[in-house]
Amino acid sequence: MRLLEALNRVSLGQYTLLEKEIIGSQYCRLVFLAPSVAGAAQPGQFVMIYPPNAGVQKILPRPFSIFAADRETGQLTVFFRIIGTGTALLSLSEPGTELKIMGPLGKGFPVPPAGSLLVAGGIGMAPLVFLAASVKVELNFIYGVANSEQFSCPLDYINQPNLVLHEVTEDGSRGELGSAVDLFRRLLPRAEAVFACGPRTMLEIVARDCLDSGVAAWVSLEERMACGIGACRGCAVMTKNGYQRVCSDGPVFPVEEVFFHGRT
Amino acid sequence: MAEPDLRVNLGGIKLQTPILAASGPYGSGLEYPKMAPCGALGAIIVKGISVDPWLGNPPPRLVETASGLLNSIGLQNPGLKFFVDHDLPALRKLGPKIIVNIIGRTVEEYAAVASELNGLPGVDGLEVNISCPNLKAGGMAFGTNPALTAEVVKAVRAKTVLPLLVKLTPNVTDIALIAKTAEEAGADVISLINTLSGMLIDIEKVEPVLGNAFGGLSGPAIMPVALKMVWQVAETVSVPILGMGGITSAEDALQFIMAGARAVALGSGLFYDPALPDKVKKGIAGYLQRRGISSLSLIEGSARKGDTNNEPC
Ligand SMILES: Cc1cc2nc3c(=O)[nH]c(=O)nc-3n(C[C@H](O)[C@H](O)[C@H](O)COP(=O)(O)OP(=O)(O)OC[C@H]3O[C@@H](n4cnc5c(N)ncnc54)[C@H](O)[C@@H]3O)c2cc1C
Ligand SMILES: Cc1cc2nc3c(=O)[nH]c(=O)nc-3n(C[C@H](O)[C@H](O)[C@H](O)COP(=O)(O)O)c2cc1C
Ligand code: FES
Repeated sequence: MRLLEALNRVSLGQYTLLEKEIIGSQYCRLVFLAPSVAGAAQPGQFVMIYPPNAGVQKILPRPFSIFAADRETGQLTVFFRIIGTGTALLSLSEPGTELKIMGPLGKGFPVPPAGSLLVAGGIGMAPLVFLAASVKVELNFIYGVANSEQFSCPLDYINQPNLVLHEVTEDGSRGELGSAVDLFRRLLPRAEAVFACGPRTMLEIVARDCLDSGVAAWVSLEERMACGIGACRGCAVMTKNGYQRVCSDGPVFPVEEVFFHGRT
Repeated sequence: MAEPDLRVNLGGIKLQTPILAASGPYGSGLEYPKMAPCGALGAIIVKGISVDPWLGNPPPRLVETASGLLNSIGLQNPGLKFFVDHDLPALRKLGPKIIVNIIGRTVEEYAAVASELNGLPGVDGLEVNISCPNLKAGGMAFGTNPALTAEVVKAVRAKTVLPLLVKLTPNVTDIALIAKTAEEAGADVISLINTLSGMLIDIEKVEPVLGNAFGGLSGPAIMPVALKMVWQVAETVSVPILGMGGITSAEDALQFIMAGARAVALGSGLFYDPALPDKVKKGIAGYLQRRGISSLSLIEGSARKGDTNNEPC
């Protein structure tokens, strides 16, 4: 079993929460000391975090993209929007406590070539920030949100010398006025490849335009999960090759696999 | 005191521990062992296998409920040939006994899978999932009707010499009647329960949450229901019982044994804790040791001593 674990480089363990930051009223950043997860993490992969159980109320683990992973310090960071029971419970955990985490899971992004365009809609920025941090080549990074309050990602995570950041808000309260899609359409002609994560409607447009213009593109998809490791078949999405599992065949898919006939 | 003896004989399958992985949540049987050792399992029951591949239901296929979850996977599986060529050789190397859960749309399909698996090295038993809709009976589940239950169990029995588990659906008016019917038709073990039928509605979209509208409820929420059905069936049949439904601890597992189950299966509990089999094994052993009980078999049905048929309300 040790060997299998080593080969798959996935671990299940209790890890200490080192740092918690609540950003605005809706966002939370958690940093764990999880060397075995951080050491193996690839951009686009995710972890299952098991919320602390409250008495008889048992709660399923929640999937979160890896937002940052530092091999040297063994630190693993996730960044999430507090939208329901699980994320609320997680946001209440205090530094010093241990939480059960399984990961890194799933298939991540390929290495982006110079001139790639990263398109993040809302909290979809999480895996793309890690992707951007993993390379030195020049990248364009579109970060689109509804309003300035949703602009949750601390800038020190995205302010990298290789990265041209394009901020856009739907109400114009920060950066450009418009949507991530508007900016994407403008920058697509110069893009070597596209990497996107965000709402399904945004991904559909990104996928269609990339397929039409022949630009290679990858998207990170979401589905509700139970096991997170490919066993239960609960997180299926329709693909060119039939139903595939977001947790283990994805969450990153090339657009031509999941957006055939213009939709999933 | 020496380590208590956890070995059990489940209808002819000799198990090192009374802890099994339930069919479905444990997938093909090959995913979980990569994450958590499977040494605590006496047997793995692999996900339902049909003659031909089944696509499964449209997403969303899962939604969490109060202490449980609803699923409408739709018995997606790669079919018998893929199972035999690809999964079985790897499963044989794991250690636990392998029981294959079989499914079909017609009696003939069930019989065909049973016939192909009979005598295959590495297959230690079959579990017939009779919760499948019967194509020829307007989609009524085989396991909700005694005549259909008898028909499918007899057809499978005729095709195999392997120990035969028959897995009951709880969505019936009289579980004991179906259990008795399955026993008379040749079941060596009665497994129960499968998921309870249910649904949820999204009030924003004004439509059912699951792509398939209806799903099966599992997890801690159903544990008391499952336990009572095991108790009732233990009263009726003389073959051993494999109990399951919402087990998330050794304490839950012990309740099933005391209600009359010979062994237990862990399903959704694995989602909350992939290392559950190990914990249940240690917890059961610890309980027996504390009480000076040398063997698990001594407490099978132990809570039933003073049982009556009275059911309040
Ligand atoms: C691979 C993957 C990576 C993810 N990465 C991140 C991340 O980095 N940051 C982040 O903020 N979120 C991420 N998510 C989403 C995150 O997992 C969910 O927001 C979280 O599970 C919600 O849990 P909850 O208990 O707070 O909400 P719940 O109480 O479970 O749900 C709140 C509301 O959200 C809906 N909902 C919950 N999960 C889903 C889903 N998967 N699809 C559609 N609707 C849903 C529910 O129906 C409900 O209306 C990711 C999801 C996946 C699959
Ligand atoms: C995702 C999922 C898939 C399942 N697939 C099968 C299956 O293929 N065959 C079967 O007999 N039961 C299947 N079941 C039912 C379980 O084996 C078990 O009977 C039920 O979930 C109750 O136990 P639990 O609460 O411990 O999960 C499935 C259950 C779940 C949650
Ligand atoms: S969540 Fe179980 S297969 Fe993906």
